[in-house]
Parts: sequence; structure tokens; C-alpha cells
Amino acid sequence: MNQESSSGLECPKPGWFQAPSGNERTWIGMAVIWCLILSVMMPYWHFRGKQNSTGEAYRVKPADFVKRVEAFVKVNTGEESLVEDGIAPVVPAPPGEVYLLAKQFFWFPVLKLRSGETYRLHISSADVQHGFSLLPMNMNFQIVPGYDHVLTIKPQAPGTYHIVCNEFCGIGHQQMVGKIIVE
Amino acid sequence: MNTNSDYPKRICSTTGFPICRSAEFFVKANAVLGVVFLLIGGIAAILIALTRWQAVHLLPVDWFYRILTLHGINMLIFWILFFEVAILYFVSTTLLKVRLASRLTAWISLVMMFVGAVMVDVTILLGKADVMLSSYLPLLAHPAFYLGIILVAVGTLIAVGNYFATLYIAKKEKTYEGSVPLVVFGATAAAIIAVVTLLHGAVVMVPTFLYSLHLCPQPDPQWYRLLWWGLGHMSQQVNVCAMVAVWYLLAAITTGAKPLNEAVCRSAFVLYILFINLASAHHLLVDPGVSAGWKIWNTSYAMYLAVLASMMHGFTVPASVEVAMRGKGYVRGLFGWLTNAPWRNPGFSAFFLSLLIFGFIGGITGVTLGTQQINIIAHNTLRIPGHFHATVVGGTTLAFMGLTYYVVPLLWRREYILKPLCRLQPYLFGIGILIMSFGMSFAGSMGVSRRSWDIDAGGSIYGPTAHLFLALVGIGGTVAFIALFLYVGLTVGTLLFGRRIAAGKSMEDWGTPKVLSTSPGHDHVAPAPGFAGGATVAEAHPTQGTMVLAVIFLLSFAVYYFANWKALADVWPVR
Repeated sequence: MNQESSSGLECPKPGWFQAPSGNERTWIGMAVIWCLILSVMMPYWHFRGKQNSTGEAYRVKPADFVKRVEAFVKVNTGEESLVEDGIAPVVPAPPGEVYLLAKQFFWFPVLKLRSGETYRLHISSADVQHGFSLLPMNMNFQIVPGYDHVLTIKPQAPGTYHIVCNEFCGIGHQQMVGKIIVE
Repeated sequence: MNTNSDYPKRICSTTGFPICRSAEFFVKANAVLGVVFLLIGGIAAILIALTRWQAVHLLPVDWFYRILTLHGINMLIFWILFFEVAILYFVSTTLLKVRLASRLTAWISLVMMFVGAVMVDVTILLGKADVMLSSYLPLLAHPAFYLGIILVAVGTLIAVGNYFATLYIAKKEKTYEGSVPLVVFGATAAAIIAVVTLLHGAVVMVPTFLYSLHLCPQPDPQWYRLLWWGLGHMSQQVNVCAMVAVWYLLAAITTGAKPLNEAVCRSAFVLYILFINLASAHHLLVDPGVSAGWKIWNTSYAMYLAVLASMMHGFTVPASVEVAMRGKGYVRGLFGWLTNAPWRNPGFSAFFLSLLIFGFIGGITGVTLGTQQINIIAHNTLRIPGHFHATVVGGTTLAFMGLTYYVVPLLWRREYILKPLCRLQPYLFGIGILIMSFGMSFAGSMGVSRRSWDIDAGGSIYGPTAHLFLALVGIGGTVAFIALFLYVGLTVGTLLFGRRIAAGKSMEDWGTPKVLSTSPGHDHVAPAPGFAGGATVAEAHPTQGTMVLAVIFLLSFAVYYFANWKALADVWPVR
């Protein structure tokens, strides 16, 4: 061991509190600038970017939310001719309030939305926590019982999209797949 | 002056440090139990990896989720906490040349932690706690599950108290002069974060335990998420802190490295203490009822100040190795110091691979996925385990493995058996974890969710590429498991059959670089006599090679970060 300075295993000699110098100083400067860039990006995207999670949510009792979904489905269910695989998709008129229920182990109802229109999608759970994962875009949001999570979304392209539950919700978790049809 | 010389101890014949006999017992006991839980978690890991590999799909559905719960808790909580307690007892008593404050307290802590851990594991294996590590309410486990976790947390808290009492005794009895060594400083930072972490754990687990006994109403699930991650994420920051302290320790032992600047290293640890507790937000970035402002401020650790701390350590640790190696005469080119480093020494290879995997993979993905809006295309996908297996496993666990190759010969006084295998083990483990982490990250980018037994259960949603990446998870997991099994086997084999090191003899050198004689033409500069502090060390030898590595790191970081913003910009507008 040199006597001039100490390894991490020894007590440092008096006078160890010194400003960094040389390359270490340069690197810390670069790191600080990078951290500032990282810090600015999120507020920038919040105002200028199109994809944000604002956390808009309202308290709701799970049973009340189930009633709202049922009422929404009753008003908006499409004609018999739309039935696919025995399921009638719900066709809300844009722009509007749209409801989606997560429950062990399914999503209800199947929604039919129009591309390029903006919807306020209310999602909540009837029982435990679930994860809303819209594929193949890979957009993910947490669904917590007692919270009506409102996503203001704008579908971009026609197609059939899957909703996979990505929060463990019980032994049938992997079967919990829903559907959004965009036309 | 030293009034502390009358406790039972022996002098380590390799390092010259006094080893407190009672601390030695508890270091051994905690480390051994830690490795037992690592083995349980490891067996669970291979079963999970071979189930997620869709072509193999080993476990039935209920056992998959059960074993996944077992894996998370044994690896992230039990293995790490037991080993960290061993590190705290070891560095405080040895480096400060002091006795352990209280044997009784150490016993109480050890028994509580062990009983708690066994309770949790038995409850899980009986199928009474299929709730995952995070155990989000309203999913509910058997009360024994929560009680076990509370016992482990309180037991650890008691051990941390014993550590602080040991520091107090050393200070009072003046067993050291001036400031504590850097490794002790880092371990203390970890201990302080552990206290805050475990208090969060108590606040969230006690009401949940009472609720599981029907003694109080159900806690709010969103409140639970906020507080639980005060335990769950911060406890991983204890690992980061302990891992960095182990980096400094292994760098010093294997290459003779000395911190460039003590003030920089210590400031970085203080930044961890001050800002790391905001990280609970990383798990709430796409949650309902949490505002964008709250998410942005907290997820960035104020303004990335804990990230800054890691970037400081990430430079100063390899730079100190570079300075030490150049000081020994390995001065050729930019990277002569690195190519001549003791790569055959498992203590060094484990430490340096841990540094690279933690920084390049774990660090870059962590900051990117923890960016508020980018989290939309990452939350709860396999990208998340892809990140934290690079930090906790490729980083912390690998560093702890490297430490073991020194702790076992020094404390048990036995030489490692089958040394060529020991030298291979860190590489095998690092490569396995890298393959697995890549597989997870890319599968996650295609939307494959974490914690799913079968991605095809709801129809064929994912293409062949996602299945290919899941196969990589299985293959990498298998390689890493073999390396883990090797580590446990070699260590246990050494405890039983290793050649005894005779009294007064040193342990065999794993390989440390020799000092080259200074030949003409080399710019080897002997340090000027009489200077103090770190700044002048940096000036005595250049750190150009580390600077190049650091710039490559920063460029990789920027590319990955902005590529993710681009990927985000391509999904549907949402707010």
C-alpha cells in the first residue's frame, strides 16, 4: 500500500475532502449535462408529445362501475349483423365516453371504434388489479379496483387489436384477452 | 489509545486485519443461509425459465405462478438481505478493528429472519400465497405470508441496529482515526437506506397482515402500491449501494486500486441516501390517480441525482483500477491496463463483469424504462425483468459471488476446490444472465407480458419472433442456472473438502498483477512523496482508457434513450 493515499479499505488521510480534477471532473460535468437533458425531456413531452399518462381517474365503487358498463353496453350494442364469434361488439358514437370492464378473467365488452376519432376510455376493475396492454402497439396502463382510469385515446389505423392482461390477477391470468376493433 | 483490544479475535494472516470471533460466526451464519435461499431461488428460476420457453413449457399453470412467487421473494428479499447482513457485520468489525456490538442481538436477528423466511416459503409451497412478490391487494395471501415478511424485515432492522451500534463503539473507543474507510461509508449508506426501506415495509405490511386476519378494513390498493414500492424498489437500491461498496472492496483487493477522490465517491453515496427513496414512482408511472407532475418529479429522483451518483461511481471505480494498473507499469496504449488486468481471478472478473452489466444494460434500460412517458411502452412487459435481472443478478449477485471467492478462504480458512472451474464461473454466469436479459427485453418490446404462464393461451397474438426471444430466455436462464449451481457446489464443496490453510499462512493468490520494473520509454510516473488526498493520484497516472469507455457508455445511453422516444411516438395518441 502506498502511504500517500488510502484504498477503500483504510481510513482516508486528513485533507481528503478535495474538488475532483482532471478526467473525473470532465466526466462529472458531462454526466450533469446528460442528467439535465433527461430532466427536460419529460416536461417537454408532457406539453408537446402526444403520448402521456396523466393519471386521470375518479373514485368509484367496483359495483357501481359494473352498473355503468352495463348501462353503456345496453345503449350502444350494435345490430345483430355485426355479431362475430357469437359476440356483439359495442359501437359507441365518437367522440364519447366509452367503458371497459376488467374482471377475472375477461375484458367486457368488445369495442368497435373509428380510426382517427378521439374517445374517453373509462377502465376499471370489478375485483383485483389488472393490466391493460393493447397489442400489437404495446401500450400499457395499470387498472386498479376503486379507480375509474380515464384514457383519452385516438386510434390510428383500422384493424383488430388485442387487450392482454399484464398484471397477475389469479391462476387464469394468461387467458384474460379482450378485443378492440378499429374500422 | 486502543482500548478495544481485549475481545476474542484472530489476526488474518493474509490481510493482517483482526477478525472478531463473534462477528465471524454471524458473518458465516448469515452468508450460508443467504446461499441456501439463493439455491432455492435458483431452482425456482430454472423451472420458470423452462416454462416461459414456450416450446418446453415445463410447469402446470398453478405451480408456475407459485414458483414465480417463490423465486421473487427468495432472490430479491432473502438471499440479498442475509448476504447484506453478513457484509455489514464483516466490514464494520474487520475494517474498523472493533468487536461486534451485541451477540444476543445478532442471535435474535438471525432467528427472526430465518423463522420468517421459512414461514414465507412454506406458505407459498402449500399454495396459500399465489400472489407474486408484489402481493397487490385485493389479492390476498394467508396471514403467515405477511407475518413471515414482517419477521424478516424486523430481524433485518435489528441487524442494521447492531451494525450502527458497532460503528458507535468503534467511534467511542477510537479504534480508527479520522473518517471511516470508503467501503464502510458505502455499507453505512446501504444500512441507512435499509432502515427507510424496512420502515416502509412495516407501514404497508402490518395493516395488510391485520386485514388478512379480518382485524381491519382493506387498505386502499393504490395506497398499497405506493407504500409497497417504497419497500420493493428501495430495497433494490440497498443492493446497489452494497454492490458499489463491494466493487470498491474487490477493486482494492484484486488490483490495489484506490479511489481517485474520496470526496467524489462519498458524495455519490450521499446522493443515493437523499434521492433514492423517490423511486417508488417507477412502478406508478401509468397508474390511475397519480398526476403527471408527481410522476415526472419522483421518477427522475428529483433531477436524476441518483443516476448522477451511479455515473460517478461508474467512472471512478474503473478509473481507480486504471490508475493502479498504470502505477504497476501496465501503461501500453489506451487499454493495456485493462487487457493485463487479472481476468483469471474470479474476484476481479466477477467485479468487472458486474460493473459492465450493471452499467451498460441495467443502468441504461433502468433510466429509459423509468422515464415517465416511455413507461407506457414498457410497464409490466418482460422489458422490466429484462432490466432488473441485469442490475440485481448480473450486477449485485455477481459482485457478491466475486466477494465469496475471498470471504470463504479468509473466514473458513480453506482453499477453494477445483480452481479452474471457479475461474470460469463468473463468465458463465454473466453470459447466461446477458442472454436471458436480452431475450426478456426484446420479447417485452413486442408486448410479451411478464408473469404470464402461456402467451398463447388467449389465441395466437404474438409472432414467431417473440417465441424466439422467449427461447433465449430459457437458454440464457439455463446457462445462468448451471453457473449458479456451480457457484453453490464449489462453495459448499470447499467448506467440506477444501484444503485447510495452516495457521499463519496466507490464502493462495487468485492472481493479482505484479509490479513491472519501469523500463525506459514508459511514462511510468512514481507518485510524488508526501501528497495527500485523491486529486493528485488522478494526476499521477492518466485515466484516458476509462474516459473512452465512459464516452462509449454515454453514446450507447443516448442512442437507446432516444430510440425509445421514437418508438413511443409511433403508438396511438393517449393522455
